[in-house]
Amino acid sequence: MPTIIEKIFQKHSEDKVEVGKEIWLDVDLRTARDFGGANVVKNLLENYEGNYIDDPSKTFFTFDCNAPANTIGYANNQQICREFARQNGIKVFDVDRGIGSHVVMEEGLAYPGITAVGTDSHFNILGAIGAFGQGMGDIDIAFVFKTGKTWFEVPPTVKVNFIGMPSAPWTAKDLALLCVKELKGKVLGKAIEFYGEIIDKLTLDGRITLASMVTEMGGIIGFIPPNKEVIEFCKNRSKREFEIIYADKDANYEKEIDIDVSKLEPLIAMPGNPANVKRVRDLPSIKVDSVFVGSCTNGRYEDMKMVANLLKGKKIAENVMMKIVPATREIWKKMLYEGMIKDLFDAGAIVSHCGCGGCASGQIGMTGRGEVQVSTSNRNFKGKQGDGDTYLASPQTAAISALTGYIAGVDEIES
Amino acid sequence: MKLKVEGRIWKIEKEGKLIDDIDTDMIYHNKYLHILDKKEMAKYAFSNLEGWQDFPKMAREGDIIIAGENFGCGSSRQHAVDCFLALGIKAIIAKSFGAIYKRNAINSGLLVLECKDIDKANLKNGDYIEINLENGEIKKDGKVVAKTKPMGRVQTAIYKAGNLFAYAKSL
Repeated sequence: MPTIIEKIFQKHSEDKVEVGKEIWLDVDLRTARDFGGANVVKNLLENYEGNYIDDPSKTFFTFDCNAPANTIGYANNQQICREFARQNGIKVFDVDRGIGSHVVMEEGLAYPGITAVGTDSHFNILGAIGAFGQGMGDIDIAFVFKTGKTWFEVPPTVKVNFIGMPSAPWTAKDLALLCVKELKGKVLGKAIEFYGEIIDKLTLDGRITLASMVTEMGGIIGFIPPNKEVIEFCKNRSKREFEIIYADKDANYEKEIDIDVSKLEPLIAMPGNPANVKRVRDLPSIKVDSVFVGSCTNGRYEDMKMVANLLKGKKIAENVMMKIVPATREIWKKMLYEGMIKDLFDAGAIVSHCGCGGCASGQIGMTGRGEVQVSTSNRNFKGKQGDGDTYLASPQTAAISALTGYIAGVDEIES
Repeated sequence: MKLKVEGRIWKIEKEGKLIDDIDTDMIYHNKYLHILDKKEMAKYAFSNLEGWQDFPKMAREGDIIIAGENFGCGSSRQHAVDCFLALGIKAIIAKSFGAIYKRNAINSGLLVLECKDIDKANLKNGDYIEINLENGEIKKDGKVVAKTKPMGRVQTAIYKAGNLFAYAKSL
């Protein structure tokens, strides 16, 4: 019996879907961002003569890497996309809107069961709402813009069962880091389905955090079967009915992996490798220079709320710079109206405009050589977020580290 | 399609071991993402990979890269493929590839071949090898030293056509 990805693919393909087979897939939602986007335009202009866009109502640009552009290169690329979009009747979610993969959920353009692609390696984040999303390069995306189709090798599916419930405080990011540690090397090029009590307890924001790091696990996508909260959110936003795709009980999994989460606690990835994960409390005392809260992994409302609650009425440690970047303008607005921005400002943090912020030479700036940064982002390969040493952790650990001035977990905060 | 590919090899290694998990920021750093000109991209291939920053100066047209597990993991940037194409790199053999990277390379017509045992093939930098794309055999001095995983149907068709756009025109 088919797994979730096989069912979604079969609904979008005339070819018979079989694991390992290359099929042609119809793509419901097609996007390009400010990096990659200009190359998508270039590919279209070089390879086709007019009629560049199969369906403008399904095609979007989302500017999020560098918002607003602070280099001439990015500014030029965004303008290339804007002009192409105007000429071809494509909507642009411009630099004011936030991270594209989040905006398409807020806008109701992505909902359970659809297929979607973008020039963003974390576009598989849509697994959080039971949709197929995939990051692709600019050739692939140009081809999808033109034809509405893409070729795809049907990946095998691995079923991940989380066993137990943690007794200590935990966040979705700690769960995601545990998965990167446990699944790295076991799911390369495969789809994942996540199950277990801890999954049922995850909010939409938590699901987004977990799904976003499937890229770092090496997987194609991680599906989290939608719960009531997700279904209602997507119905409200998309204003349409949709079929939710669940796997059959006896679905054809390549293998099952059990992960015990009963001892889950605050975790942290050491600089240079997202899979080099340790318990926060096992680290020696490490002084922190900067803290970044945001990214497609942890730029959600709940992440911001967690940080604001911890910082409210307190001051971040002297000589620590704390940068906060909400994922979208909608989240930014809520933070403003609920007074969170004031709490964060008073605590000494910098709250920047929404977007990716720190990852692709974004508007919030990079780290310098020797700088120790605690980041809630998803990748810390050498040089990714600058020349400094970047540790990956939850918004909770990030906020506590900002307050104490050294890398610290939840048990180390003064009450 | 040329069924045999020959070239000089570059084993991307550190202390005698193929490097695993070379991500797209090590291949092509995000500070150069705004570049649209492929010739310009060639200058920055491996410019953020310790010990290999001089690769663009050392590589010659027709060379073959050999790498470890999960080569090209990370971002979806096509630049990380284009920089090698611009240098004239003919093929990349790795123990495994990041999924997006593999697609990007296939779509651009850069040959990417998986070979789990490539580190056991007793090859050294500067050796010349010959790859038979039909049966996957890698030969050195006429002797088979390793075997790659066979290419997929679409991968082969795209490679034959040159790239994804040329292939699509033939459909």
